[in-house]
Amino acid sequence: MNRIHNIAKPLSLLAVVSLLLTACGGNNSDNAGSSSSSSSPSVASASPTETTTASGDSQEKVTIEYWQYEYPSKVALIDELIKQFEEQNPGITVKQTNFPYDQYNEKVATLVPAGKGPDVINLYYGWLPKYVSSGFLQPLPESDFPAAEIESKYYPFVDAAKIDGSYWAIPTAVRTLAVFYNKDLFAKANIAEPPATWEELVEDSLKLTEKDSNGQFVVEGLAWEPGAQLHHWYRDGLLPQAGGQDLSEDRRKILWADTPAGLEAFQYLIDFAVKHKVGTTGVFTDDVTAFKTGHAAINIDGSFRLGSLATDAPDLNYGIAPLPSYKNKSAPSSYWANAISAGVTGAKLDASIKFLKFLTSKEVQEQWVDKVGELPAQKEVATQDKYLNDEKLGPFIRQLDNSKAHFFIDETGERTLFVDAANEVLLNNVPAEKAFKDLVAKTQKLYDDYWAKVDKK
Amino acid sequence: MITNTTQRRAAEGSKPLSLRLNYRAQRYLFIYLMLGIPVLYFLLTRLYPILYSFNISFREWDVLSPEKPYIGWANYTSLLEDEAFRKSLKNTFLYVVVGIPGQLAAGLFVALLLQNVKRLRGFFRTVYFIPYITSIVAVSWIFRWLLMPNGWINGQLLSLGLPAQPFLQSPDQAPYVIALSMIWQSVGFQMLIFLTGLEGIPKMYHEAAHIDGANAWHRFRYITVPLLNPIILFSAVIAGISYLQSFAHIVSMTQDGGPLNSTRTLVYHIYKLAFKSFDMGSASAATVVLFVIILAFTLLQLKILDRKLDY
Amino acid sequence: MNPNTKQVRSPVERQFNRSYANGAWLLLRYLLLFAGVAVTLFPFLWMAASSFKEPKDLFDLSLIPSPATWSNFGDLFVKAPFGLWFANTAGVAVVSTVSVLVFDTMVGYVLAKFVFPGRSVIFVFIISTLMVPTEMLIIPWYLLASKLGLSDTYAGLLLPGLISAFGIFLMRQFMESLPSELLDAARIDGLNEWRVFSSIALPLMKPALATLAILSFISGWNQFIWPFIVLQTENKYTLPVGMVYFSSELKDNSGWILIMTAATVSVLPLITIFLIFQKRIIQGIALSGMK
Repeated sequence: MNRIHNIAKPLSLLAVVSLLLTACGGNNSDNAGSSSSSSSPSVASASPTETTTASGDSQEKVTIEYWQYEYPSKVALIDELIKQFEEQNPGITVKQTNFPYDQYNEKVATLVPAGKGPDVINLYYGWLPKYVSSGFLQPLPESDFPAAEIESKYYPFVDAAKIDGSYWAIPTAVRTLAVFYNKDLFAKANIAEPPATWEELVEDSLKLTEKDSNGQFVVEGLAWEPGAQLHHWYRDGLLPQAGGQDLSEDRRKILWADTPAGLEAFQYLIDFAVKHKVGTTGVFTDDVTAFKTGHAAINIDGSFRLGSLATDAPDLNYGIAPLPSYKNKSAPSSYWANAISAGVTGAKLDASIKFLKFLTSKEVQEQWVDKVGELPAQKEVATQDKYLNDEKLGPFIRQLDNSKAHFFIDETGERTLFVDAANEVLLNNVPAEKAFKDLVAKTQKLYDDYWAKVDKK
Repeated sequence: MITNTTQRRAAEGSKPLSLRLNYRAQRYLFIYLMLGIPVLYFLLTRLYPILYSFNISFREWDVLSPEKPYIGWANYTSLLEDEAFRKSLKNTFLYVVVGIPGQLAAGLFVALLLQNVKRLRGFFRTVYFIPYITSIVAVSWIFRWLLMPNGWINGQLLSLGLPAQPFLQSPDQAPYVIALSMIWQSVGFQMLIFLTGLEGIPKMYHEAAHIDGANAWHRFRYITVPLLNPIILFSAVIAGISYLQSFAHIVSMTQDGGPLNSTRTLVYHIYKLAFKSFDMGSASAATVVLFVIILAFTLLQLKILDRKLDY
Repeated sequence: MNPNTKQVRSPVERQFNRSYANGAWLLLRYLLLFAGVAVTLFPFLWMAASSFKEPKDLFDLSLIPSPATWSNFGDLFVKAPFGLWFANTAGVAVVSTVSVLVFDTMVGYVLAKFVFPGRSVIFVFIISTLMVPTEMLIIPWYLLASKLGLSDTYAGLLLPGLISAFGIFLMRQFMESLPSELLDAARIDGLNEWRVFSSIALPLMKPALATLAILSFISGWNQFIWPFIVLQTENKYTLPVGMVYFSSELKDNSGWILIMTAATVSVLPLITIFLIFQKRIIQGIALSGMK
């Protein structure tokens, strides 16, 4: 006992000392800060040092590092593609590194300051502004990837990768959301066709919902997980369908509340859980598991799910339908895009550009559809009959022309705000109007902070 | 007893050695040789990183960017305006306030039950201790699954005619569920500590009190508790620090510290700032806040329990 | 057989009532203790049972899997290098345990048994590092490890856990109970300080060493955040990191069932070790709290 007691006084002394030290460190701005920055990150040295020395040894031998997240089919395909690419380009070696999706950003955040960056990195499009504003990426060279060409060949929503007038990343494949419906459950409820309108979706999901005598869900009519795909459905689907607008032209202002459509769409989405009670958060762990195990009749999900449904639930009898429509047509889309990090120059830059061109070639886009199930990013490739007539892919591709991809300045932050707003209504009985108003205000604040930071630079 | 035999053995076995260094010098050499590497090690792996964080807390550092300009107290003021940070402070406080007494009470209760129990004593002790050695990640997943809206626990509630509970889906229940699971995991540890403490209390105190006519509650209140005070202090400090630092439970049991940030703790917030928002400056500032809180908390605890101890 | 006939001594009545009350009280105790056992063990039973379920029976609430299958265990090794993770975890836990034992006993001994300038400063410094959350240290650690060329290596993984402040605290507590007269006697007999430490003090500390060894093995086995950050190559993962790998593949694999299987496999060795050495562990922890 006495011993512990003895700690007390010296402990406070220690605290004072350490605070003093900090104060010194803070005033002398060349102290720890610069010593670490010289030895570590700096965009200029973001490429791994080992590879630089390797390229010096033997002429024209270049190794570039490619990072993407851990997704079995993508990893396998990239391995295969690297082989093809290295055969075509004998002087270049590509090394693939993967991190689990959930930890992708934090891996980047620890590795990059330590000087372990990639040369080519695969990023979710919603993360681009953050990566761009921190100076981590370099714009794609206009000579190799002319903006005009991108805009004519690719689907228009790819312009979310255009920041400050230049493109910073380019996708191989894109995804849209659609209605996944369980055909067996539809047959059981005597519904012949998948829902085509907002009203039908409500009616059908009510019919499809099954609860036991205790009121517990046996089947959710519509799986309802705002943090999964529903927030995308709101921004790029429901909102524009109801006649609302997402962002101002200069991407500075959230326009959701400028027309009544914003609240109408929000209310529509919330009502599934609050009013119709056809599904709610956390039942059957999450929306995907619920659908996979036959405990959800409808789920709004992306084309990227086709692959995992095929492997995990081969017996599931399901169909795909376009998102239900209202006043206008619109479907959310998204993509992972490849970018080059800022420090890459010389031979490595050339190699990276070659690799990027290879990844966006028609052949690779086609392999990507076959192996991963994501849709080709270029119109010409996507609209081939073999894809359009595919029972599962067709509905996704047909929506591409009317699809939008919200310009995220902070994907995690914006999603969290949306989930919180939904939960306020669902769990805290806050009126939808108020939750919506707060949501818009808080999202706007995120944008204001982001732009204030960007403008300062 | 052991001491005696060893003493004898040592005395018999040792042969006198001539001292080359004088006693004092030899002693100091030994001390500093033994301490040298470990102290350097702690300076390098603990003190340096802390000072580094202190320093960073006064800078704007977007992890991906090479520059770290000095910005004074701006990180700290922006934390004050950050609703999620305030919420995480509040939650951390809640975990401490619910968790420590809960954990101590549960541990003491089990220890009192076990005290004087002869049969199966070892069995109980072993079983209660198992959760303590299990990884938090594994345990959290099990709980999460059991506590699903349509999970096993709700199944049992319904079959008993009770309403199903949202548990982790509800901002009102989730923090308590988390606190309970932390208590569940550490009851065994607390129980052991208290059990030893109880065994250390001489039987004659209780017997004497008994003869004097003190009832069970009075004996507990006026003999057991005061004599257990040092142990309560030890347990409370250990538990307090672990509650202040709770993180793995939040990561594994909740979705992003939700719902509605109801379970988000300070450490989780730090983690989010640093690794999800890449805002290392604010993360470091929050870390400094946490550090100060832990320090204050420890000093406070020592003061309170110490005063009680001295009567 | 009649209890009354047996207790013929003077205050029969009182004696009988008391033992009757004691009996009821004891019964209540056992009931409560067994209720606690159920609460403690059930989650583990559930975990173990789930690992024998088929993925499609995910939402089946029965405790006994039907049909039961071993295939999940096979899947662990097919879908991931689970065997390697297992070996890595064991290796890391063993090495860090040895290092902790060596250094912590040395420091604990000196802090407990010597008076010298700077003693309390050093002790308080070391103990106060316990209050710093690991999460706070991760970034600087990572910078440090990569400066030393140790990222994605076992050496880098081991770096922060080579000496444990808690272990030092524990060893110091134990060492204080060593009678100083004994050490002095050895000195008078002419043993130098190292010999006093290694041949007198250490042998007496065997129970404490065993405790520390097991405790640091357990924490080495379970440690999560640092291995998770410092390791990149899948083959180098430890079990907890590997389990997160499973969870992040959750939606695209057999999900929960596989996680439960992985948890079962990773928890079993620890429980086994604990069952074997439980006396030591329990003694040790009890002692650490006592002092």
